[in-house]
Amino acid sequence: MEFSGRKRKIHTSPHAEHYAHALQFYEQPPTENICLSEFETFAVDRVKLLKTVENLGLSYVKMSDDYNKKLNNEAKVLNFPYRPDSSQCGPTDNDRRRKDHISHFILRLAYCQTEDLRRWFIQQEVDLFRYRFNDLGREQKLEFLHRNNLQYNAISDKEKVALKDQLISSSYGLSGVTIEHQDFYKVPFQDALDLVRARKVYLQAGYVYIPHQDIITIVLNDFRTKLSKALALTARSLPAVHSDERLQPLLNHLSHAYVGQDYSFQKNVGKISLEQIDSLSGKSYPLCMRQLHQAVRENHHLRHGGRMQYGLFLKGIGLSLEQALQFWKSEFIRGKVDADKFDKAYAYSIRHMFGKEGKRTDYTPYSCMKVILSNPPSQGDHHGCPFRHSDPELLKQKLQFYKVSPSGIEQILELVKGMHYQLACQKYFELTHNIEESNFSLNHPNQYFIESQRVLSGGKDIKREMETPQRLQENSAGSTAAREAANASQDLAGMTDLDSIFQDP
Amino acid sequence: MPTSSEYDPDSLPDLLPLYYRRLFPFSQYYRWLYYGGVQKNYFQNREFSFTLKDDIYVRYQSFSSQAELEKEIQKMNPYKIDIGAVYSHKPNQHNTVKSGTFHALEKELVFDIDMTDYDDVRTCCSAADICSKCWTLMTIAIRILDRALRDDFGFQHLLWVYSGRRGVHCWVCDEAARKLSVAARSAVAEYLTLVKGGEETVKKVVLTDPIHPFIRKSLDVVEKYFTDYAHEQAILGHNKSVDKVLALVPEEVRQVLQKDFQSEKTPEKRWDLIKAKASMKKGDDKKQQYFQEEIMLQYCYPRLDVNVSKGVNHLLKSPFSVHPKTGRISVPIDLKELDKFDPFAVPTISLICEELDQPRTGEKESEDKKEKENENNATERRKIRDYKRTSLAKYVKYFDQFLDGIACTWKGELLKKSDLQKQF
Ligand code: SF4
Ligand SMILES: [Zn+2]
Repeated sequence: MEFSGRKRKIHTSPHAEHYAHALQFYEQPPTENICLSEFETFAVDRVKLLKTVENLGLSYVKMSDDYNKKLNNEAKVLNFPYRPDSSQCGPTDNDRRRKDHISHFILRLAYCQTEDLRRWFIQQEVDLFRYRFNDLGREQKLEFLHRNNLQYNAISDKEKVALKDQLISSSYGLSGVTIEHQDFYKVPFQDALDLVRARKVYLQAGYVYIPHQDIITIVLNDFRTKLSKALALTARSLPAVHSDERLQPLLNHLSHAYVGQDYSFQKNVGKISLEQIDSLSGKSYPLCMRQLHQAVRENHHLRHGGRMQYGLFLKGIGLSLEQALQFWKSEFIRGKVDADKFDKAYAYSIRHMFGKEGKRTDYTPYSCMKVILSNPPSQGDHHGCPFRHSDPELLKQKLQFYKVSPSGIEQILELVKGMHYQLACQKYFELTHNIEESNFSLNHPNQYFIESQRVLSGGKDIKREMETPQRLQENSAGSTAAREAANASQDLAGMTDLDSIFQDP
Repeated sequence: MPTSSEYDPDSLPDLLPLYYRRLFPFSQYYRWLYYGGVQKNYFQNREFSFTLKDDIYVRYQSFSSQAELEKEIQKMNPYKIDIGAVYSHKPNQHNTVKSGTFHALEKELVFDIDMTDYDDVRTCCSAADICSKCWTLMTIAIRILDRALRDDFGFQHLLWVYSGRRGVHCWVCDEAARKLSVAARSAVAEYLTLVKGGEETVKKVVLTDPIHPFIRKSLDVVEKYFTDYAHEQAILGHNKSVDKVLALVPEEVRQVLQKDFQSEKTPEKRWDLIKAKASMKKGDDKKQQYFQEEIMLQYCYPRLDVNVSKGVNHLLKSPFSVHPKTGRISVPIDLKELDKFDPFAVPTISLICEELDQPRTGEKESEDKKEKENENNATERRKIRDYKRTSLAKYVKYFDQFLDGIACTWKGELLKKSDLQKQF
C-alpha cells in the first residue's frame, strides 16, 4: 500500500482525455492519486447507488419508466453520470465520470472477498450497466461497441430469410418487416444465457440468433464475465491491501453494508418453547412461514427447499438446536419416516443449519429477496413467498380465510399485480396488526417476526435483545455503515495511490 | 433363491458380490468415464459415492485406475453407486488439500425425471408406484428433451438411463456439456421447463404469443400421445378429474363447458368440445387463447428436477447400479426402441444372477477352449462371456455402441493434441 509520499508516475490532472465517454467497461484501473476522504466519499456514494439499483429492481419492473426515472435521479443526486451525452463534455461530466470510474474500482476491493459479496456486487453493477447502456442512442451504442472492440457475427440475408418464421416466433415484437431491417447475431448459447433462460431467442444447434434490438444481452454477458474474472484476480492481490490498517476497516464496513441485517446470530436462544410455535405461527409469522408450518403439521414432511427456508427461520427466531431436532423429528416420525431414518437422513442437515456439522457455519435465514428470487417451488413444494408464488386466486382465498377485509385484500392484490411482493406482505402486516403505517421496510421474514412481536407486546422493549446493534436495512443502509467507517478513519487523512492498489506489485 | 420374476430385497447382500464380480461391465464403465484420456486425471479426479448396507453413505470416493475401481467395488459391494463431478483434486484426498482449493470442475449435464412429480396429473398410481399407463409420461419426456437437447442445443451424446424404479435420467456427455457453468446449466434447465409452480399454483403452464418454436415442437410430441393418455387416465371421465381440467380454462369458457358436460359424458367428445371452444377463442379475443395447449402441457410435459441439473457437484445414480428396492438394474435405454421399452421387463439382479447359473450351451463351451489358448485375457474374457449369457447383454451392447459414438470425438481431440505437440 502506498501513499503519496512516493510517486511512481507523473500524472497530468485532471484527466480530461481519460473520460471522454459516459459509459465505461472499466477495463483500465485508475492510476492517479486520491486523498483518503475522497476515496471514502466515492466508495460510500457508490454503495448508495448500487443499493438503490437493488431496491428499485425489487419494487419496479427493470427498465420501466419509473425505474429509469428514479435511477437517473439518484445518479444525479450522487454525482454520478446521469444522462449520457457525448457531445457535451464539460468539467462536471468529467468529474462524474471520474467518480464513476474510481468508485467502481474501490468497491471491487471491498466486494471481492467472498462469493456472496461478489455475487451481489456483480448483480448490481450489471443492472446499472444495463440501464446506462439502454439509455444510449443507437449511434452511441454502436460507437460504444466499436470503442470497446465488441464485435459480433451477423448472419447473412440468405440465412435470415431461411429462418424467418422461427426468428419471428422467438423474439418479442418482431415482424417480417422489422426483421429485414435488423441484423441478427449468431453466438454460442452460453453467451446469451438470459435470453436462453427466458426462451426469448431462437436456438439451433447450440447457437442463438439475437436480433440487434437485444444486443445488450451479449454485451452484458461480456461485462459480467470480465467483471467476475477481475474480482477473482483482485481477491488474490487483496492481502496487500488488507495489511493497510487505514483501508481495511473501511473496506470491511463497505462490504457489510450490502444486505442489511442477516439474522444469523442467535440471541434469544431458548426463549421460545415448542408449545408456543403454533400460536406464534398464527400471530407473528409472515405468510411464507405460516404456510410452511401448516404444511409440516399436516403432511409431517417437507421437501428440501421448505426444510431450509423454515428451518433457518426457526433458528433465527431463537429455537435451539435441540428444540429444532425435537420439532422436526416429532413431525417426521408421524409421517413416513421412522426415528432411525430421521437420525440418519435428516438430523445431519439440521445440525448443519446450526453450524454443528461440516465446515460451513454461516447458514443464514433467507431474506425475502432470496425467497422471492431463488429456487422457485415446484411440484410438492410449499416454500417460496405466497405473494410471489401463489396463484392470485388462492392467495385471495387464503387472505379471506385469515379474515383480511375485502378492501385490504384488494390493496394487497393490487400490489402483487404490480410485482411489489414485499410491499404486499407489509400491507398484510399492517392490516393484521392494526397499525396505520409500519415504520420499517420489510426485507426479511425474521424481521417481520420481530416487528410483529414488538407490536404485540405493546411496543414495549421486551424483545429489544432480538434487535441487532446496527440496523441496516433501510435505504440509507449502506451509507450508515460506511459513514461510520469513514468517521473512524477521519484522523487518517492522507493520500492513496490508486495505482499501487490496482496494479500487481 | 427366488424365481426370476421375484426379487427379494433381503437377498441383495448375497447377490451383489456375484454381480460385481462377474456381471458389472467395468471395462465399458471405465471407458466411458476415462473419456479417451483427453484431459489429464479426468477419471482419477471423479467422485463416486456409495450407499452401503443400512443406508450408510460414503462420499468422495475416487480411484486411480479401472483395476482399483473394480477392487474397491468388489470389496465394498455398494447397494447403490452415484457419480459426481470431476474435481480439481482427487476427491478421496479432499481433506488434505488447502481449504478452498478443492472444487468441482466438470460434469455431464444431467436430467432427472421422477414420476412422483406427476402425482397431480396421473390417476392410475401415486408416489413411488408406476404402471404402463403412466410410463407414457416418461416416453413423452424423453422424446421432448432428447429432441431439444440435440436440435436446439446441439448436443449429440445423450445417454438415457432407466433409474430402476420410477423415472429416467439423462447424461449429456458432449465435451461442451461437461464444461458448462452452473449458470449455463440452470439456463438450459429453465429453457426446458414449462410446468411451473408448487402446491399453491393451479395453473402451471401459461403460454403467450408468439409460441416459441421449442414449445411448438414439444406440443407436436405431446399431441402424438395425448389422446391415448387422456383416455387411459380418464381425465375427462370422473367428476373430480374433470374439475381439475376445467380449472385450467378461462372463466367464461368454464361455465359453458360445465353445462355442456352435463349432457355429454364421453371423454373423447368432451375433449372435442374443449378443442372447439379453444379454436373459437383463437378467432375471438385471443386472451388465454392457448388454454387447450396449456392443458396438454400441464398434463404431459416433462417435469424436471431443476436442482439436479443445475449443480456441477450434484450426484446422480450411476448407470448399471442396482435399485435396492426393486432389484432392477439401471440400464441404458435405446431410443430406437423407446416406444417398446417396458420398465417391468428390465432385468433384476436376481434374474441375471440366476441366468448365470443356467447350464451353458455347447457353442459356448467351444469358445471356452479357444480362450484357454490365450490365457492372458482369460479373466477379462470370462467376464464378457458371463454377462453375455444374461439378459443384461443387450443393454451392455447398446452402451458399447453409445461409447463408440463418443470415442469418435475424442479421437479427434487426441489427434489435435498430438499435432500440437509435434509443432513444438
Ligand atoms: S415478503 Fe418476505 S416475509 Fe413476506 S411472505 Fe414473502 S418472503 Fe415471506
Ligand atoms: Zn400408473
